[in-house]
Amino acid sequence: MIIQTFGITKRYKNITAVNHIDLSIEEGKIFGLLGPNGAGKTTLLSMLATLIPPTEGTAKVNGYDIRKEPGKVRASIGMVFQTPSSDEILTGRENLYLHALLYGVPKEEREKRIEDVLELVDLADRANDLVKTYSGGMRRRLELARGLLHRPKILFLDEPTLGLDPQTRQHIWDYIKRLSKEQGVTIIITTHYMEEADSLCDRVAIIDHGEIKALDSPSMLKMKVGKSMIKARVESPNLDYIRGLPYVIKAEAKDGTVTIILSEAGAHIQEILCNLGNVSFVELREPTLNDVFLQITGKEMRVESAEGWAEVYARAGSR
Amino acid sequence: MGRGVCEGWFKMSDLWGIYALWYREVKVFLREKSRLVSSTVNPLIWLVAFGGGLGASISIGGAGYQAFIFPGVLMLVVLFTTIFFGLYVVWDKKIDFFKEVLVSPLKRTSIFVGKMLGGCTDGLIQSGIIILFGPLFGINYTAYSLGLVILFVLLLAMGTTSLGLAIGSQMTSFEGFGLVQSFVILPLFFLSGALYPIDNLPAWLSWITYANPLTYIVDGMRGALLGESSFPIVLDLGVAAAYVAVLVAIGTFAFKKMT
Repeated sequence: MIIQTFGITKRYKNITAVNHIDLSIEEGKIFGLLGPNGAGKTTLLSMLATLIPPTEGTAKVNGYDIRKEPGKVRASIGMVFQTPSSDEILTGRENLYLHALLYGVPKEEREKRIEDVLELVDLADRANDLVKTYSGGMRRRLELARGLLHRPKILFLDEPTLGLDPQTRQHIWDYIKRLSKEQGVTIIITTHYMEEADSLCDRVAIIDHGEIKALDSPSMLKMKVGKSMIKARVESPNLDYIRGLPYVIKAEAKDGTVTIILSEAGAHIQEILCNLGNVSFVELREPTLNDVFLQITGKEMRVESAEGWAEVYARAGSR
Repeated sequence: MGRGVCEGWFKMSDLWGIYALWYREVKVFLREKSRLVSSTVNPLIWLVAFGGGLGASISIGGAGYQAFIFPGVLMLVVLFTTIFFGLYVVWDKKIDFFKEVLVSPLKRTSIFVGKMLGGCTDGLIQSGIIILFGPLFGINYTAYSLGLVILFVLLLAMGTTSLGLAIGSQMTSFEGFGLVQSFVILPLFFLSGALYPIDNLPAWLSWITYANPLTYIVDGMRGALLGESSFPIVLDLGVAAAYVAVLVAIGTFAFKKMT
């Protein structure tokens, strides 16, 4: 286990941002922390990166205790922040050069490694331009490259595609997958995009209100919800009959829309539709992580709760 | 430098890290030419307009009022350049490359030293430009006077950058900048004898002035440049060194407490 947390907790005045989390993360995998804004993902990541101290509990990162050996922890990790953290007034190459100096990359290797990572993220031809002329996606790629320059065992990516357009997002995902495969680094990402967790991560922890609500591979998480899902608009649904069918896990009506979760794939759709009532619209699909989240927490992940900001304010106030 | 508060002797990797921070500051400083121009023009306006205007109706100092306030204006340049350089870590902490520095294995002490050296370099470059204008205002340099003035500038820059960094590391927003200007920079400057002789002050003002370490720094520079000073040069140098030692210690401590 390359990362292990032991009842790690962070409290700000009256808000508990991270609440006694015990977590083990395997080496070489992409691990996702999925949850809405303010769930405590970034706080957890910041504690693992030794940027803020835990209120209670501790964690081991690459075998080092985050409280006792923060220097060694920081030498083992690379971090890509949610907000840009490259220097706009410097060129891409200068940013990488500074990073190499900060992390004590040996002099004779600096140049080569800088070329290598620039190649990896396709920025070699723009390396000598000032970062302020870069697009958001290029900047993110530069920061990814920078995070790899000192060959960390673990790479933390805090919302790596936040605010990027769908196409750029797809590109960044491709880079992250390639990094994981080619460099063998353990990657921990936080995200509130379900698709991101779904397409990237080997394992996903669903986190809400500072606690882990579920932890498994994306496909296993979705399996727990069911194999497939029918959404239908029905005037007066015959729910009791539907619930009595052996392959129906759950059937619910809300605002004229019926949601039926099936334990098997679409084979029985005919029987359901015939007995459901007067159907005006129907959609059959596989469950997404959003459905998982909905089932576990009783709310949609898309809804950005107001309390998400409480954490931000608490953090600002504690400075 | 502040060895008492360090976690031990600096390793090679720390020196490269310190170099990295310094390299960054100097690059940024030299690329932002407008800053360089405005902080050169401001003191020249002081010397020409304030020094020339007031100097026309009063006679202070043997070499004229412009020469008398020259060390004071030099101090003003260093004071503003370095304290704002230090305060800028507020901004750094939020959005800049500084986050990347804080998550690196570099010790906080090394980060502080790198930043401080960056601020000192800025201060030295700025004051160097003003020193070049000296002969226009009645200043004649010798190797001794030039060396001594640069030494005082360096000490002032080290101490004041540390002061700015110490305050900036504990601030959370820019809102405090005005307060720092009103309660730190302007009192330090105006109550230092930069603009007037301190020998005939009323008692209450004289006590405040004597308690201000910058009084001794400006006195030392004036002694070096014009041969007119109120205290022995050794005392001036001693106070300047103490100013540096105390503020470097405070700054290092503040950096360790910074979140």
